[in-house]
Amino acid sequence: MATRWFGAPVQRLEDPRLLRGKGTYVDDIELPQLLHAALLRSPHAHAKIANIDASAAMALPGVYLVLTAVDLGEVLEPSPLLVPHAALEQPRTQLPLALDEVRYVGEAVAMVVAESRYLAEDALDLIDVDYEPLPVVHSLDVATREDAPLVHADVPGNVAAHLVQQVGDPDAIFASAPHVLRESLLIDRGAAMPMECRGIVAQWDALEEKLTCWISTQAPIPIRNGLAAIFHLPEHKVRVVAPDVGGGFGTKIMMFYPEEILTPFAARLLGRPVKWIEDRREHFISANQERSQEHEVEYAFDEQGTLLAVRDRFLHDAGAYTPYGIIVPIITACTLPGPYRLRHYASEFTVLYTNKVPVSPYRGAGRPHAVFVMERVMDGIARELQLDRLEVRERNFIAPDEFPWDVGLVYQDGGPTKYDSGNYQAGLEKLKALLDYEHFHEQQASARAQGRYLGIGIGCYVEGTGIGPYEGALVSVESDGRVHATTGVTSQGQAHATTLAQIVAEQLGVAIQDVMVTTGDTHAFSWGVGTYASRSATVAGSAMHLAARKVREKAQQVAAELFEAAPEDIELAVGKVFVRDAPHRALTLGQVAISANPLRYAYGENARKLMGMKLAGPRPGPALPEERGAPGLEASAYYSPPHGSFASGVHGAIIEVDLTTGQVSFLKYAAVHDCGRLINPTIVEGQVHGGVAQGIGGAFYERLVYDETGQLSNASFMDYLLPTAAEVPPIVVDHVETPSPLNPLGVKGAGEAGVIPVAALFASAIDDALAPFGVRIREMPLHPCRLYELLQEARSQGK
Amino acid sequence: MHDQEETLAFTEECEVAVTVNGQRYERRVPVRMLLSDFLRHELRLTGTHVGCEHGVCGCCTVLLNGEAVRSCLMFAVQANNLFLTTIEGMAGTQSELHPIQQAFMEKHGLQCGFCTPGVIMSVHSLLHENPDPTDEEIREGLSGNICRCTGYQNIVEAVKLAAERLRPEEVE
Repeated sequence: MATRWFGAPVQRLEDPRLLRGKGTYVDDIELPQLLHAALLRSPHAHAKIANIDASAAMALPGVYLVLTAVDLGEVLEPSPLLVPHAALEQPRTQLPLALDEVRYVGEAVAMVVAESRYLAEDALDLIDVDYEPLPVVHSLDVATREDAPLVHADVPGNVAAHLVQQVGDPDAIFASAPHVLRESLLIDRGAAMPMECRGIVAQWDALEEKLTCWISTQAPIPIRNGLAAIFHLPEHKVRVVAPDVGGGFGTKIMMFYPEEILTPFAARLLGRPVKWIEDRREHFISANQERSQEHEVEYAFDEQGTLLAVRDRFLHDAGAYTPYGIIVPIITACTLPGPYRLRHYASEFTVLYTNKVPVSPYRGAGRPHAVFVMERVMDGIARELQLDRLEVRERNFIAPDEFPWDVGLVYQDGGPTKYDSGNYQAGLEKLKALLDYEHFHEQQASARAQGRYLGIGIGCYVEGTGIGPYEGALVSVESDGRVHATTGVTSQGQAHATTLAQIVAEQLGVAIQDVMVTTGDTHAFSWGVGTYASRSATVAGSAMHLAARKVREKAQQVAAELFEAAPEDIELAVGKVFVRDAPHRALTLGQVAISANPLRYAYGENARKLMGMKLAGPRPGPALPEERGAPGLEASAYYSPPHGSFASGVHGAIIEVDLTTGQVSFLKYAAVHDCGRLINPTIVEGQVHGGVAQGIGGAFYERLVYDETGQLSNASFMDYLLPTAAEVPPIVVDHVETPSPLNPLGVKGAGEAGVIPVAALFASAIDDALAPFGVRIREMPLHPCRLYELLQEARSQGK
Repeated sequence: MHDQEETLAFTEECEVAVTVNGQRYERRVPVRMLLSDFLRHELRLTGTHVGCEHGVCGCCTVLLNGEAVRSCLMFAVQANNLFLTTIEGMAGTQSELHPIQQAFMEKHGLQCGFCTPGVIMSVHSLLHENPDPTDEEIREGLSGNICRCTGYQNIVEAVKLAAERLRPEEVE
């Protein structure tokens, strides 16, 4: 039996290179004649630009170019709206450089290109911009005031979009429900903060009239298409490569960031390659952010704790522009029902402009907010009825035999929100065992007797993953028997070079070390969309599987002709192609690839051996018979899912709150995750770990604080606290495997999952720990000071 | 006058001689050039990464005369006549990885790989000072390096494995 690669916890193929410091991230690219760009950014959250004087900057020795909006000609167009939606009645996107108004601190105003980055930044100081400050909308509270200043003068009430969705008849249910509760819940801003900031190197080749851009992005193909349109170039004359990317988490799925247009513009104008690398301060004020929403949720339930109906109204902070449409709030609305049997649900949201960095998906993309709301609802029911929190969840779970389960809402991709498979109870059972839930209350009681406050929290979620429209793959066997596999999705650490190799190796009977995967290079594969929405393994993985299967079938066909055997009797294993039960009748996969390519000139050891075998006899017809189609062992395939596949999971933690400081420490953290069949368990677990750490950041450390003038007051790693190894506890991960019936591999997405339930379970755990004081958490993220305040408030109310 | 002084500071150059990974380099560079930029762009040793430029994230960690330092918080000229080790020098020219690198590979201690070189340099320093660290000491020792991908779980595991393999009694 051949080695099974699919499902094996193999080591990553990309690691030796990265571990030796031999990765190639954008800033590692050096080209002859390279120039360096720096951006002048608005220091005001909202202002008119009366005048820009760049003459002193231009006069500085070593400066090659200063660009302001008026220098951009026809390139001065608002960035395309990526995902239009009928409810987004007032979409607004950003100009590459602000023309007469800036709408957030950090908005690009001018670009300098100079001999070095140091000089380019010197020149920025010499640009004189005359700003006339305008009133600032720094919060949802201000945005919704009757006399609110307007972020866009032509957008009344700052309202970008308004969407109402309804399932069943919630009004009727609310009118007669035995219990109704209502709560206001708040989620504030955070950011993805990949360790590598954004960056681009652009090179214009005047000889071939070709533009090449290396970009730290999750979406090279859409950027290629866009740049071709913006610069009126044929698509095949534009190559966009996402080399090694140092983390993305959604921030880098956004396009176009201004620099992605300005840098190639400058490179073309100057005839010299130009590099722009974002620094961390810039990243804080110009790379997209997420999360800010204010929910008003009402929920109706019966005596047994059965959830009868939910009415959720929320405000969503879009920042200054809506380049990514209203994807995030739509996902929130669709994620809210979660693993629960909710038949009556009204969702209404309003998307508002504010003078802050624009919002686009960040890992979780609207889901952590929804799960926070729904899990607060579950805890609210338990609290009201004095029931066990897990029991309430169990009573409301969709049962394994109820799939497919149609939630009744239109999902972000325009398809149905329809759960393909799942087993929520099985996950919860595993989690209970991991946390020893049964005995926790004894532990809690004895700790309390010693004056220690322990709490347990649980968060359940369902996550839409693996959405369309499609991805593709090209698999090609080279004459030395190694396989080249390529696809349009990129990798920002997810290990596609390994997992996609596992999928190919499984089909072709080769070792994964013999599968070379290329991702994110539009010249290697130019069809597809990108890496987002936990979709790469599901959509690109399925395409890779289908392409590899075609190659296998062709290898069988070619070998069958050579051996005069039936194709179904041909097997592929350990790099060989042979007749079943007659393993001496064998060729290497490379030899079959050569045979499939009837050249007059063949090189290499495989070709020589093949000639020595004298397998090829005289043949009457064309050298490349019609039924073979194309030469070689090569095939491409595409996979387009009928709709998203829905992964799920449940996380739980035991925490301890220090009443004197408000500090919280994790005593135990466990995650049970169901992403269908696992391609590589080690890698999936790594994804869960990383997500949880980001979730902990988003629950207790990371909050972007904007002051009343719209300044981000904690725009550094000294002040915006990313969790370190000292803050993230050991995480135990277990899996449930409910295969997806939607794709040939039975897989579901895993990339975002880890982050989704953390805020919810953290709130639940704190409520539990501080139950003696009646604390109820209604906001995220918290921090020790805020928790201390909440505790003091609860204590003073209790008196 | 002030402007002139400033301009001078911007354009002034100096000679810098350093030994990196056993090789001596001599360059003439602007006085204000950061050590991280010097390593990356003058010497083309791009394994040392820059994640924040304010000394918090630890991506740019290198060894200066054997001690872990942030190369983004130093000027190149401050390293004049000193000895540096960067990630490129860890495994030397040998085909085998350094035991710390090997442990990171076996334990899946990296994802995007951007913070990894800095983490490995810090771990090298940590294990040199404390060859048998507890889990808590490892976490404390790693807390000057931010990783946004791994949640640190497998980094801690990798450090434990590397420590076990590097301890003298177990090497023999």
